[in-house]
Amino acid sequence: MAEPPYRRPRRSDDLGLRHALGDRMLPLLVAAMAFLAALALAGSAGAAALVRHWQEGAAAALTVQVPTPAAPAAAPAEGERLAAVLAALQSAPGVAAARALTPAELAALLRPWLGTAGSDPALPLPAVIAVHLVPAAPDPDALQDQLGRIAPGTLVESHGVWVARLARLGRSVQGCAWLVLAVVAAVAVAVVTAATRAGLAARREAIELVHGLGATDGYIARRFARRATWLALLGGVIGTLAALPVLGLLAALAAPFTGPPDLAMLPADLLVGLPALPLAAAAIGFVTAQATVRRWLRRLP
Amino acid sequence: MVRLEEVSLQYGNARRAGPMVLHDLSFIVPEGGFRWLRGPSGAGKTSLLRLLHLAVRPSRGRLFVFGSDTGVARRAELPALRRRIGMVFQDFRLLTHLSAFDNVALPLRLAGRPEAKVAPDVAEMLRWVGLSARMAARPAALSGGEQQRVAIARAVVGRPSLLLADEPTGNLDDAQAERLMRLLKEMNRLGATVIVATHNAALVARHPGPALRLEQGRLIDDG
Ligand SMILES: Nc1ncnc2c1ncn2[C@@H]1O[C@H](COP(=O)(O)OP(=O)(O)OP(=O)(O)O)[C@@H](O)[C@H]1O
Ligand SMILES: [Mg+2]
Repeated sequence: MAEPPYRRPRRSDDLGLRHALGDRMLPLLVAAMAFLAALALAGSAGAAALVRHWQEGAAAALTVQVPTPAAPAAAPAEGERLAAVLAALQSAPGVAAARALTPAELAALLRPWLGTAGSDPALPLPAVIAVHLVPAAPDPDALQDQLGRIAPGTLVESHGVWVARLARLGRSVQGCAWLVLAVVAAVAVAVVTAATRAGLAARREAIELVHGLGATDGYIARRFARRATWLALLGGVIGTLAALPVLGLLAALAAPFTGPPDLAMLPADLLVGLPALPLAAAAIGFVTAQATVRRWLRRLP
Repeated sequence: MVRLEEVSLQYGNARRAGPMVLHDLSFIVPEGGFRWLRGPSGAGKTSLLRLLHLAVRPSRGRLFVFGSDTGVARRAELPALRRRIGMVFQDFRLLTHLSAFDNVALPLRLAGRPEAKVAPDVAEMLRWVGLSARMAARPAALSGGEQQRVAIARAVVGRPSLLLADEPTGNLDDAQAERLMRLLKEMNRLGATVIVATHNAALVARHPGPALRLEQGRLIDDG
């Protein structure tokens, strides 16, 4: 009877890990972790971008509203009041520029709230002045007093306060996202640890034998780490890819606020962070498997 | 080569003490020496070989292997010592997912031998034990005697300086047992220290030599 031809050994699997280290469960769980991490990363990047946007655009700005007097006869004409306020603003310390919005600009600003009624000339609207401040901004309260004396009822609205509140909210969202990332990483470590322990238990006899034949801890740990790294990388890629359609959907929902979605508009930290996710998963797989195996091997003499 | 000073072995661990199976053993086997290891079942022969194979540490006493005091050696130094020891286990301990060839190749690969230099030695060793035709077979497909011969080939293939054999003829017929004895004697002649635990009185009678004799964990004859 002819023997089957001799087949080249699969040298890399002398511990028989191919069947011992969950080749479905581990990638699946890591994929779920990577998916969550991708969403958290997107949340963090989105919040960061909004904070940046608000701060750049509005931190150094004021709006001044000059109301139309109820009884025009009792006061100087509206144009004069506006001119007086503008003049006062332009000579006030800390003001870089002050410009009255045209009625068209005003209507555009109000359209989201009032619709086309905003352009109805019969509607009494205050005149609005957009003010840009120099970086060392003066106290808006002092400005309010000064302008109120020139034209009673004038309102000075500092964007800075709102921006500070929104920025704080944005940073909190960002903090939560980082917290989620940390928790996800911790769960991934736990998952890889459990899978590695199960593999160690399943291959206990083989490991003890190979240890007895003179294998170093490093050799055995390397076998496990190589497999865990590969499986975690696989899971990371799957999870990240699975998150892309969801992120696309979120970007589409955000489009009315941010303009049409396109890749170049995605925050740069997200463009770096997403490809880094599978690599981070692989690194977690490697380090965790190494540490778990080496700790386990210490029970052997 | 192998030196024991008042070595005792107790199984178990710090939490649960097991039986004391070896009591105050002291003996020397010089480099290139040959010893039978004899004694009734349960006397502690396998336990002694496990000690010499550095698979367990002495509970008391000092054990020197290759001049190294294994009691004070760092754990990281032991693998290199183990790679110079060949062991035929009483229960074979072949890896079930590997072919006969890969089982025998294991010590060479662990020693970092390049793959091109693994195959010739493994093939030669398997030919020596009469298994050239069974190289690709898994242990489950081998008879008890064939498995034992794979275990012997694995122990010898790396040309160990210390060869420990635990009941190596247990599953062999007389002709194969004689063939094995020739192999062990050849290894011994080439300089290996050889210790063979056996119940096989006929084999010992045909190949007289110094014997360590254990009874209930005590050495009653140090050869
Ligand atoms: N892992 C262990 N834990 C506890 N006791 C053990 C362990 N291994 C062996 N023993 C005990 O140690 C004693 C010696 O066993 P050992 O296997 O060394 O005997 P042996 O001389 O090789 O016997 P045999 O000739 O049957 O192979 C026995 O009483 C056995 O029950
Ligand atoms: Mg025994």
